[in-house]
Amino acid sequence: MSAYPILSVITFLPLAGAAVILLTGQRPARWIALVTTVATLGLSMPLYQAFDKSSGAMQFAESRPWIPAWSVVYGMGVDGISLPFIFLSVVLCVLCVAASWTAIQERPREFYSALLVAETAMIGLFAATNLFLFYVFWEIMIVPMFLLIGVWGGAARIFAAFKFLLFTLAGSLLMLVGLVGLLHTTGTLDFQALTTGTKLNPQLQAWLFIAFTAAFAVKVPMFPVHTWLPDAHTEAPTAGSVILAGILLKMGGYGLLRVALPILPDAVQLFLKPMLALSIIAIVYGAYVTLAQTDVKRLIAYSSISHMGFVTLGIFTLNRAGVEGAILQMINHGIITGALFLCVGMIYERTHTREIADYGGLSKAAPVYSTLLALFCLAAAGFPGLNAFVGEFLIIGGAFRTWAWLGALAVFGVLLGTTYLLWLYYRVVLGELNPGLRGLRLELNAREVITLAPLIFLVLLLGLYPESVLGYLRASVANLLEGR
Amino acid sequence: MHHLWLIPALPLAGFLVNGLFGRRLPKAIINAVAVGSVLLSFLWVLQVLNGLMPLETLYVERYATWIASGSLDIPYELAIDRLSAVMLLVVTGVGLLIHIYATGYMSHEDGYYRFFAYLNLFMFFMLTLVLANNYLLLFVGWEGVGLCSYLLIGFYYLKNSATTAGNKAFIVNRIGDFGFALAIFLIFIQFGTLDFPAVFSAAQPLPAESTAGILTAICLLLMVGAAGKSAQVPLYVWLPDAMEGPTPVSALIHAATMVTAGVYMVARSSALYLKAPLAMDVVALIGLLTAVLAATIGMTQFDIKKVFAYSTVSQLGYMFLALGVGAFSAGIFHVVTHAFFKALLFLGAGSVIHALEGEQDLRHMGGLRKKIPITFLTLACAWVAIAGVPPFSGFHSKDEILLAAHHHAPWMYWIGVVTAGITAFYVSRAMFLCFFGKYRGHHHPHESPVSMWGPLAVLALLSLGGGYTHIPQFLAPVFPLAEGAHDFTLVAISVAAGLTGIGLAWFLYIAKPGLADSIASNLGGLYKLVYNKYFVDELYFATIINPAIAGSRTVLWKFLDAGLIDGTVNGAGHMAQWVGAKCRRLQSGNIRTYATWVVLGAVLLIFTIGGVR
Repeated sequence: MSAYPILSVITFLPLAGAAVILLTGQRPARWIALVTTVATLGLSMPLYQAFDKSSGAMQFAESRPWIPAWSVVYGMGVDGISLPFIFLSVVLCVLCVAASWTAIQERPREFYSALLVAETAMIGLFAATNLFLFYVFWEIMIVPMFLLIGVWGGAARIFAAFKFLLFTLAGSLLMLVGLVGLLHTTGTLDFQALTTGTKLNPQLQAWLFIAFTAAFAVKVPMFPVHTWLPDAHTEAPTAGSVILAGILLKMGGYGLLRVALPILPDAVQLFLKPMLALSIIAIVYGAYVTLAQTDVKRLIAYSSISHMGFVTLGIFTLNRAGVEGAILQMINHGIITGALFLCVGMIYERTHTREIADYGGLSKAAPVYSTLLALFCLAAAGFPGLNAFVGEFLIIGGAFRTWAWLGALAVFGVLLGTTYLLWLYYRVVLGELNPGLRGLRLELNAREVITLAPLIFLVLLLGLYPESVLGYLRASVANLLEGR
Repeated sequence: MHHLWLIPALPLAGFLVNGLFGRRLPKAIINAVAVGSVLLSFLWVLQVLNGLMPLETLYVERYATWIASGSLDIPYELAIDRLSAVMLLVVTGVGLLIHIYATGYMSHEDGYYRFFAYLNLFMFFMLTLVLANNYLLLFVGWEGVGLCSYLLIGFYYLKNSATTAGNKAFIVNRIGDFGFALAIFLIFIQFGTLDFPAVFSAAQPLPAESTAGILTAICLLLMVGAAGKSAQVPLYVWLPDAMEGPTPVSALIHAATMVTAGVYMVARSSALYLKAPLAMDVVALIGLLTAVLAATIGMTQFDIKKVFAYSTVSQLGYMFLALGVGAFSAGIFHVVTHAFFKALLFLGAGSVIHALEGEQDLRHMGGLRKKIPITFLTLACAWVAIAGVPPFSGFHSKDEILLAAHHHAPWMYWIGVVTAGITAFYVSRAMFLCFFGKYRGHHHPHESPVSMWGPLAVLALLSLGGGYTHIPQFLAPVFPLAEGAHDFTLVAISVAAGLTGIGLAWFLYIAKPGLADSIASNLGGLYKLVYNKYFVDELYFATIINPAIAGSRTVLWKFLDAGLIDGTVNGAGHMAQWVGAKCRRLQSGNIRTYATWVVLGAVLLIFTIGGVR
């Protein structure tokens, strides 16, 4: 690979942008943020083109000594598993800026710099090749998220922000303990070295698994540590919800793939059944609770719990279809839930209500909006030909190979999923226009349609040609599953 | 290459044009795009068949990989054999006629472009369903037609009953899809592939299961899917409500094509069903039960579209009876003839409703045969066809089914015959109430335009002569011909049952008007039970839907999620607060108190360390 440190560049470019914003002023903040995110997206393009899909190894690798005393290096690199997440992060960040364009009037300077710091944390986390760097970015991520929720959120933002903070910090602490334990016994934190090095003894693995998985499970979130999510999602500003759903939750799933599966294989076997059971509970229980929601954002938040249940289910099937499906599902969920939160945010800017009962009959007043919402709801419901279908199909196929009843329950979760989405659409879009909405300009403007356009494209592309992601995954997933 | 993909792609193009730009297009262009795309699709089917005849084996075209992961490889692959050829002709042919009809019927409606965009999209998915060469691609079409059905049932989305009916259709169908999806996964686990030829040839050498095994499970689950889509017991409840949609939709989707997708799918999977005789029996029983149940309800309804809707459910039951007794080609034969006469019945009913400015209640009709004679004449053709009067189309296909049923189990034949009588009765009743006697309404009936009665006339000819299409013989390369020689007595009995039904209806509604009402009131409870559709909807609500909603709201969300889990977390928080508040008292700012604590601590420390040593 060339000497050009592409991963470091795209990781820290947003941070530089954040610094520039803080040094300039409130007015140009959104423009600087837009330029920075677009530039990051543009600079990341060579990654996808030059990536060698036939290799499962880390590519574009960078390595520099960092803290010699703990033999910690600054190591960056991507494989087929991390690349799609980086793509998703840089795309969603552009859209977040676009979606906040008029919605954020208060302290835009601080808002956009927080957003950019978050972008650095996201890219860095997915590009890190050792656990220490991974942990650093993991922790950095919490700060801008906490601020985004706590400062620019809805009425109960303070409560939601602290709930988010407490849950994630509890997880982080356990991860730190695990990290120290791992360093203490192996003397390295490099993912590659940990994977190929001598196996840890099973008992230690079990303890480490508990520590790491607790941290990851909070982020995913897995049942029963999911209750921070509805509050955080609901209270966060649109961009915050998109980042939360789109990327932050994926950090948990990514952590399981990067740390738990390759480094702690015996512990994974040991905890397999409880993890599968918790996944299924998340799928069915999450979907069922979603049915009862009366707040649009809370409804989408609960649906995330169900959809992320598919991710952990796929991961713990430990077979190709399941794991590839899980990664695809994470990307798909980022796209779809991101799109749904953007849709909700756009209409909220006009109506200032999140109660489903305050809506109704949008289809005549806002046909374009209704059509796009329908498309994303269908995608979320796993409609075949759209993106989520492929991931769910692979996961359930993988689950059937493990235990047929697992797959059957997951299919039931899909069934519930279509029901709550249909009901949401029915209550928001169909029927006569809600009298409370009369006189409002509800239809989307050009900026908003352009904001959603990339996601429409991705929903169709990944549904009709999933190979566009699966092609990247294949070699790395094979590595992951057979390298054990 | 015969470019099979063009067959579904043409309507898809029509959908895209009308869907994206239709709002700004004049009606003439919308019509040209919508009808033209289906016409071209129909012509392309003919072109393909012309090139491929005699088509004795499956012709496959592979375009690209869709999903590949590990050993799983699902391609974009379309295929055509004689079974799909029949379906293609019905779907594009009848579809074309209904599109033309709709240009007249919908001309005054709001959202004209939207209607035709949905209709074209439906054609795309339906044709994908028929052409798919693997279960997953078929599932794409399957879900797609369901979506279009939902959109079109709820086309009048300002009307609450329409959107509710759409939701009901969607949810009931999802229950069916649940079964279908499970079946697909089981097939994949069992055979390692979802390709039709590969699955069926792998099933070929397997022995027929005498007790319930994996194949029986697969076939039963497929039947659950079919029961949802094709409105069979216990999932038939959505179809009558689906009549909220515009009448051309009822004709195209809810009579001629989509609802027969379940029949097609089961017939397509015949290689699996033949190895699972138990599942075949279940299919036959469900079909028979549905046929009887729906026919009896059809006798009591007054909404002309509801009568025909229950008739559709009942006729679909016949088709499943055929499949269940192993007469697959007879089942498909009935799909074809039913598509002709039932599309005609609905379009004719639409013409009546159009003439009466929206009136659908048979009690407010009557004597219309002189006012809208073309509609009457064409509907009369459908009437004799469905009543099983020889030599018209329904007679031929129903006859095949009943003979096969008799060969399988005579009692099934007898129930089928009674149902045939009931069928003839309720259609005749509707015809008599609508066209004979005195006009009981207050509108000024007017005949429909040629764009509407033209398709009616074509369908009328097909309903009369469609029995001579020799579908079972044509399908011989796909399905073995049904056993059971033609038995003149059995045929005569079923024809007699049909004629009795017609005669009885004539007696009750023409000869002795008023007698029907007094019979109904004498029957009292029984009549009410049937008239209210055996209270099945109410039963479902009380036992499944309401408890499910209550459970979601009170048990899971409020109690478990917000109460128990969050309660535990908040409890931990409160505990920390409490401890913090107590400890705060220690920080009193009083130096002497601090000093006391320090001394106490030091003493404690010394004693502990000393104790350890």
